[in-house]
Amino acid sequence: MKTFDYQRAESVETAVKAASEPGSVFYAGGTNLLDLMKAGVRQPDRLIDITRIEGLDRIETGKDGSLRIGAMVRNSDMARHPTLLAEYPAVAEALLAGASAQLRNAATVGGNLMQQTRCSYFYDRHSACNLREMGQGCDALDGENGKHAVLGWTKTCIAVHPSDFCVPLAALGAEVEVTGPDGHRRLTIDDLYTLPGEGQAPGTALRDGDLITALILPSGGKRFAARARYMKLRDRTSYAFAIVSAAAMLQIGDGRIKDARLALGGVAAKPWRATKAEAVLNGAEASEASYRKAADAALADAAPSGDNAHKIELAKRILIRALKSAAAGTPPKMPALPGSVFAAGKEAR
Amino acid sequence: MALRISLKINGKMHELALEDARPTLLDVLRERIGLTGTKKGCDRGQCGACTVLVDGRRVNSCLSLAVSLEGADITTVEGLADGETLHPVQAAFIENDGFQCGYCTPGQIMSAVGFISERDGHATAEEIREGMSGNLCRCGAYAGIQDAVMDAQLRMSNEGKS
Repeated sequence: MKTFDYQRAESVETAVKAASEPGSVFYAGGTNLLDLMKAGVRQPDRLIDITRIEGLDRIETGKDGSLRIGAMVRNSDMARHPTLLAEYPAVAEALLAGASAQLRNAATVGGNLMQQTRCSYFYDRHSACNLREMGQGCDALDGENGKHAVLGWTKTCIAVHPSDFCVPLAALGAEVEVTGPDGHRRLTIDDLYTLPGEGQAPGTALRDGDLITALILPSGGKRFAARARYMKLRDRTSYAFAIVSAAAMLQIGDGRIKDARLALGGVAAKPWRATKAEAVLNGAEASEASYRKAADAALADAAPSGDNAHKIELAKRILIRALKSAAAGTPPKMPALPGSVFAAGKEAR
Repeated sequence: MALRISLKINGKMHELALEDARPTLLDVLRERIGLTGTKKGCDRGQCGACTVLVDGRRVNSCLSLAVSLEGADITTVEGLADGETLHPVQAAFIENDGFQCGYCTPGQIMSAVGFISERDGHATAEEIREGMSGNLCRCGAYAGIQDAVMDAQLRMSNEGKS
């Protein structure tokens, strides 16, 4: 690992000031950053340690009923927070469906939001990768690309955003609070991530020095608490990235869907809100036929970026599965295998 | 410029001077303190062999910068036994054949200690498999590991009652 300067920030203001110097990155849980640094694909000059800043590790309910989660809250603490479990259960399920218990104990909300979009060619410095260095090309295009993007990709980059947690956040229309050199601002999850363009790598809308200080779950999201699920398909039952995943949240009355929220994971360089599919569901009968139509709408614009056409069908299936499971009701207790299609309870079979 | 840090490791304070900020907790434990029970497997957070408790929580020590942990309370596998008396999780691993080559075992044991402390009530076999999924065993001793964790939680709750 390349050497770097280390600075411990005492406040958000000093952190932002220190990180405004080019070559600086924030250090929190370290679980993604140190991995990338050991691989040599991130070589920062300076780490700004934000773990000691007072007040960033709180979870509190705002005056408008929203839930504000500080950026330094650890994933495991958030996942077992009673308010989150009661009001935003799909977010808790997605958190517990990601990584391992050890990683969740260290990883933070802000770090998870800032997880690097990546693929194995990004990690391999002997491969061409536009995401690592624009202009190199993309070896994934002619490589092992069975798990790459099927939505929102260009030939510049076909990697996917790996987070589980961000998928229900996209469905909920969650926001992040950011403090930067120019002051405070709020961004929706949808606006936080940028898709690849021609000659433009995927990334985030944040600039040098911008620090995510909190995540805001809107109070309106609570209306889905009774019917909310996150489900993912992966190579092994636990501790693996999603091949595809889906968050589904429903309000149902008199057999009809009053409101629906949907997002997909593992399909694009950002958590993918499926607004067209939501529109298909709103007012429709709560039935498998409706879910199938919604899934078709969600993937209508999908195209394989390589040997991954199967992901389009898999994404439809996991979306239908998540919708059926959400319609059956949020389980009273977190499933033993969160986010899994196995042992997911009789409603999902 | 040396970075000075203090860590409490298995109940004992250690003052350290690091040449720079790069050493992970894993490397400090093994190379500086001489506690080689904590193992380096993948060194990338994928295998769990380096699992230790930091302020009572299980983490991958390979993905933690030591300098960031200033003042933390660390427990490694060397800190579990009380003299000659093994920790209930250690004893359960031996009696349930929870290992073969033993390389992943310190990480498995520390992860199991963390897992049991995180829970209210006993875990099912399925919950144990999910909760221990961050620890890989190349020998495939998973059946014994699951039995050991199941047994250990019973031993610990019985101890708590006595």
